[in-house]
Amino acid sequence: MRERARDQGGPGTLTDDLALPEVDDAAPPAEPLAELAARYRLRPSAARPGVFAYAGQLWARRYFIMGFATARNVAMYTEARLGQLWQVLTPLLNAAVYYLIFGIILGTNRGVPNFLAFLVTGIFVFNFTQRAFITTSRVMPDSLPLIRALPFPRACLPIGYVLIELEQLVMAMVVLTVIVLATGEPLTWYWLLAIPALLLQAIFNIGMGLFLARLGAGADDFSQLMPFLVRTWMYASGVMYSIQTIGTLKRHPTITYILQVNPAAIFISLVRNAILQSQRLAWPGSKPYDAANCALYDLKGAHLENSAYCHGTLTMSQLWLFGAGWAVVALVVGFVFFWQAETRYGRG
Amino acid sequence: MDNGSEPTVVVDDLHVVYRVYGAGGDKGTAATALMRVVKRQRRPSVREVEAIRGVSFVVNHGDAIGIIGRNGSGKSTLLQAIAGLLPPEQGCVYTSGQAALLGVNAALLDDLTGERNVVLGCLAMGMSPQETKDRYQSIVDFSGVGNFIDYPMRTYSTGMAQRLRFSIASAKSHEILMIDEALATGDANFRAKSHERIMQLRGEAGTVFLVAHNLAEIEASCNRVIWLEKGKIMRQGYDVPAIVDAYLEATGGEPRKREKPHDTDHVASG
Repeated sequence: MRERARDQGGPGTLTDDLALPEVDDAAPPAEPLAELAARYRLRPSAARPGVFAYAGQLWARRYFIMGFATARNVAMYTEARLGQLWQVLTPLLNAAVYYLIFGIILGTNRGVPNFLAFLVTGIFVFNFTQRAFITTSRVMPDSLPLIRALPFPRACLPIGYVLIELEQLVMAMVVLTVIVLATGEPLTWYWLLAIPALLLQAIFNIGMGLFLARLGAGADDFSQLMPFLVRTWMYASGVMYSIQTIGTLKRHPTITYILQVNPAAIFISLVRNAILQSQRLAWPGSKPYDAANCALYDLKGAHLENSAYCHGTLTMSQLWLFGAGWAVVALVVGFVFFWQAETRYGRG
Repeated sequence: MDNGSEPTVVVDDLHVVYRVYGAGGDKGTAATALMRVVKRQRRPSVREVEAIRGVSFVVNHGDAIGIIGRNGSGKSTLLQAIAGLLPPEQGCVYTSGQAALLGVNAALLDDLTGERNVVLGCLAMGMSPQETKDRYQSIVDFSGVGNFIDYPMRTYSTGMAQRLRFSIASAKSHEILMIDEALATGDANFRAKSHERIMQLRGEAGTVFLVAHNLAEIEASCNRVIWLEKGKIMRQGYDVPAIVDAYLEATGGEPRKREKPHDTDHVASG
C-alpha cells in the first residue's frame, strides 16, 4: 500500500488508496443550499443580466473596448519592418490587384464612368464589412484565455474587433480620398455624407459581428466557411461592376432589386454617391425622366450616364432608409442573440 | 463553525465539464473525417472532461480557504467556476458579489507592452480612466519590472509576467478574492511583498481562496482547507494541519515539521 501511495506518476494511480469516506468537519446546514443562498441574497456567479442591464454594463466598459481596439491596432504590425505603413499599403495593394484584374484584364468597366474610383471605393467599403465578419466569427475561440481570466461583458470582444476594423477604415479612407481626387472627381459638400453612411455601416457590422461571434463560438467549422460566404457576397454586391449594367438583370427586375438593397450594396452605393460625382449624376432617377435618353441606356446597355434619365428602382432617400434599417435590425437582432448565450462563452 | 456568520459563497452540487477538441484517437486525415460524416459518428477527438464532479460547500464571511490537491484535481477549475468564468454543467455557485481571480493564466495580451496591459487590465476590471491613471505608477512600482514596462509582454520572463499580472489584479480591493498559485514563480523578495499584499487584501475582502502547492503558505494564511481529488471533495474542514497531514500521507510526501506537533492518528492509520 505505502509503496503505491508514493507513486505520483500517472493520473488514477491513487484512487484505490484514497477511498476514504468524505470527512466533512464543516458540515453544511440542513436546509437546501439554494434556499440558503436565496436567504442571504446571494446571486448565481454565472448569471446573465437583463438585456438592458447588459447594455448598461457594456456602456460602463466603453473605455476598455476603445483601449482594446486601439492597442490591438498598434500591435498588429509591430513584427513588420515597415510597421504602421502597412495600414496604408494593404488597401493600396488591394486596389491595385483588383484594378489589374477587373479593370484591365477582364474589362468589367462596361460604361461605368471613372471606373478606377468606382472600383476602389467599392473595395474599400466592402473590405470593412468583410474584415469585420471574418475576424468576429473567430473572436470567441481566439479570446478563450482572456474570457477565462477576467469577468467582463463578453460583447466587448466582438465590438472591439469591429472598432479595430473601423480604425483601419479611417486610414483606408485617407488613401481613398487621394485616389479619388487624383482621378479628377471634384471635392464637394456631398463628401460629408460619407461619414453618416460609414457610421451606419459600422453599426450594421457591430450587430452582425455579435451575431457571428456567437455562431463562431460553437464550432470552428463556421469560421472556416466564413471567407467563402463573404467572397460570394462580394461578387453579388456590385463591388467591381455596376449592378444595373448587367444585361440579364435588366430582364429580371426583382433580382436586380434584391441585389441592390442587400446591405453591402446599399452601403457601397451610399458612399459612392457621396464622394463620386460621376456616380451621383448617373444614379437612375437623379435627372428628370426623359424617354429618349433612357431608351438609349436601355438599348445599348452600356452607357450608365444615360440611366440618370430613367425611372430609378431606388431613390437616394430610399437608399438612406434601407441603410438605417439594416443597421438597426442587425444591431437589435445581433445584440439579443449574443446576449442570450452570455454565460456559455467560457466553455469552449 | 459560527452559525451566526454570513455566507458569501455557496457552491451547490457543482459539475464542470470541459470539451476538449483535438484529443487523440483520430488519424486526422481528410478520408477518416469524411467517413465519420458519412457514418454520422461524433468526432472521436472531442472528449468531455469532467473536471468538477459534484462539489458542495458553504463559505462564510471572513474565511480564508486553502484548496489543496494534486495536479489536475480541479483546483483551478473550481476557482474559475466560482468567479463565473467557466459555466457550470450542473449545479450552481452563488456569490455575494463578483469574485476576483488572480491566477497564473490570467491572460493578458502578449503582443502588447506592459504599459498597455496595465491600462487595459484596470479598465477591464471596471476602473475609470482617471482611476487607472492614478494607480498606474503604483502598479508598475509594485511589480518591479522596471524598464521592461515599455516592452511587449511576450519578451518577459515567466516570473516577470506573473509579477505584473499580480500587481494589476491586486490593485483593486475585492469582496471575494481568489489567488491561484499567483506567487509560485516570483523571486523571494517579491513573494514577501505579495504575501503582505494578500494579507492586506484579506483584511479588506470578506473571503479569500488560496490555491497553492506550498503547504506552508496554506497553513500560514488559511483557517480552513478543502482537499480536492479527481473533482470531488476528499476532506474539508477547519483543522488545517490535520487535513494537510492526511493529504501528505496519501500523496506520499514527507510529513510537515511543525513546532507544535499535531494529533493526526485518526488519519494516519490507513
